[in-house]
Amino acid sequence: MNQAVTTTDELAALKAGARERSRWSTYVLLGLLGALFVWSYQGSEIDLGMLFSADGGGAIVEYVERLFPPDLSGKVVADAVAGAWETLAISLIGTLLSVVIALSLAFFGSRNLVYAGLLYEMEPRRHRVLLRRLPYLTAKAILNFLRTIPEMLWALVFVFLVGLGPFPGVLALGVHTGGVLGKLFAEVLEDVDLQPVESLQSTGAGKIQILFYGILPQVLPQFISYTLYRWEVNIRVAAVLGFVGAGGLGQRIHITLSLFLEQQLLTLLLALYVLVTGVDYLSAYLRRRVV
Amino acid sequence: MSLPPRTLGSRSIFPYLFGGLFLFLVADSWRRAEVNPGIFFEAEGREHLWRFVTGMYPPELSWEFLELMVRPTLETIQISVMGTLIAVLIGFPLGLLATSTFSFQGLLHESEYRGTGVRHGLKVGLYGLARGLLSLFRCIPEFVWAFMFVRAVGLGPFPGVLAIGVAYGGMLGKVYSEIFESVNTRPLEAIQSTGAGRLQIFFYGWFPQVLPNITSYTMYRWECAVRTSAILGLVGAGGIGQQIEISIRMFNFHEVTTLLLILFALVAGADYVSAKVRSLL
Repeated sequence: MNQAVTTTDELAALKAGARERSRWSTYVLLGLLGALFVWSYQGSEIDLGMLFSADGGGAIVEYVERLFPPDLSGKVVADAVAGAWETLAISLIGTLLSVVIALSLAFFGSRNLVYAGLLYEMEPRRHRVLLRRLPYLTAKAILNFLRTIPEMLWALVFVFLVGLGPFPGVLALGVHTGGVLGKLFAEVLEDVDLQPVESLQSTGAGKIQILFYGILPQVLPQFISYTLYRWEVNIRVAAVLGFVGAGGLGQRIHITLSLFLEQQLLTLLLALYVLVTGVDYLSAYLRRRVV
Repeated sequence: MSLPPRTLGSRSIFPYLFGGLFLFLVADSWRRAEVNPGIFFEAEGREHLWRFVTGMYPPELSWEFLELMVRPTLETIQISVMGTLIAVLIGFPLGLLATSTFSFQGLLHESEYRGTGVRHGLKVGLYGLARGLLSLFRCIPEFVWAFMFVRAVGLGPFPGVLAIGVAYGGMLGKVYSEIFESVNTRPLEAIQSTGAGRLQIFFYGWFPQVLPNITSYTMYRWECAVRTSAILGLVGAGGIGQQIEISIRMFNFHEVTTLLLILFALVAGADYVSAKVRSLL
């Protein structure tokens, strides 16, 4: 509010009015939120009574009891380790694939590299700018498409396309994460510091040279950092992709869940825990080392 | 393996060691993950791909189908809202207990004369228990939770709500406790110096500081919950995911297109609402 306020009385009145209004909007918001909760409660068929009744609660306690002790016989452990390795492999190759996809699209998806800003201010003909927008918009659209479909759905699709096994998992991770990383990379490229670019340009460097000497050195640490972060996410996702038939620990977890092999399930969950924690530590270590 | 002598001053062997290990891991993983790009060029793969791509268009827009999809779509929203609510109900108290400055040390406890060791031990024990529970909830993926809850309470949206509630409760609790730990203690001290009790310090000094941050993070998690509830249906936990799976298994790819469009709309809507709410903070 920019109007001049002369007396303190007026100021007080204005403040009171604002407070009154904000109180009303708070009530309205809270009311809406309450209505949303009630509507959702009814729609999602929540039955807390069942959860806490002797029947439902007893079933859960019994289930937990059946998980113990974990089955640590040699065969089961070897299978769990193999599953963990496979999950690690899926996440690693999937993340690599995603970096390839992201790198091949991110440069087209950042405005300052494709048509706008410093690199193009000497450009004589305007209509070429319009032409250049086309790859930008295409790259953005592809990245959005890849990103919006969750990994699990991609996995379903790829299981249909290439059959069961870890390979569809790799493709699903790569395609979805490619969309995510592509967007992040493009944002990093757009936020690049222009001073080095400008000084390179003043020495007469071409666009490719500017890219390699002015832009890439700036963005590389952030690219690596984002990639490591997504790898941490992907190891968790790779562990459940098996639910739709895409290999790894998930497939084994799905089987033990379906066949009521609770003690083996616990072994697999322990393997998953070790794997996820290990990758988290490794990724944190690499980030400190590399970035 | 004998390491080369480090005579080159500050140059470290790390890049070489790491590079070699990395290449080995990639080669090993390539084999393990049964990567086979050629499959898309074989007759069968080509045929599947073609069938899929041509089947996607046009989207199924008949009125009966859309009408059938209204309920699962709304259900997806409802699952995400209730799941997030339960996650907050789990995450907030556990997150508080898992905050060392709340549970057993720092400002709220410094005026307390060191009581018996038992009491202190009890507090630290609660803290450890809360941390352990949160990490347990978090480390089991939503899908596994959903599957187990389908076992316990049957098919439908309810197991989806519980799965999101428990798994996200673990994540929210961890982030909440990080937010709680980073609270600025100076306002708390100022309030304490006026003679305020612990509850008063909590409600007037602590809570207003953390509220914007935890609301914003909770909104972000709700966005994720919309996505998750849309796919938890793959294991029978209601929502639009169940429909997507049915359509893919029945090779009705034009229905898949419609469902994906609905999913786009849901996710974009959740993005918009969450951004709106965050801008109000």
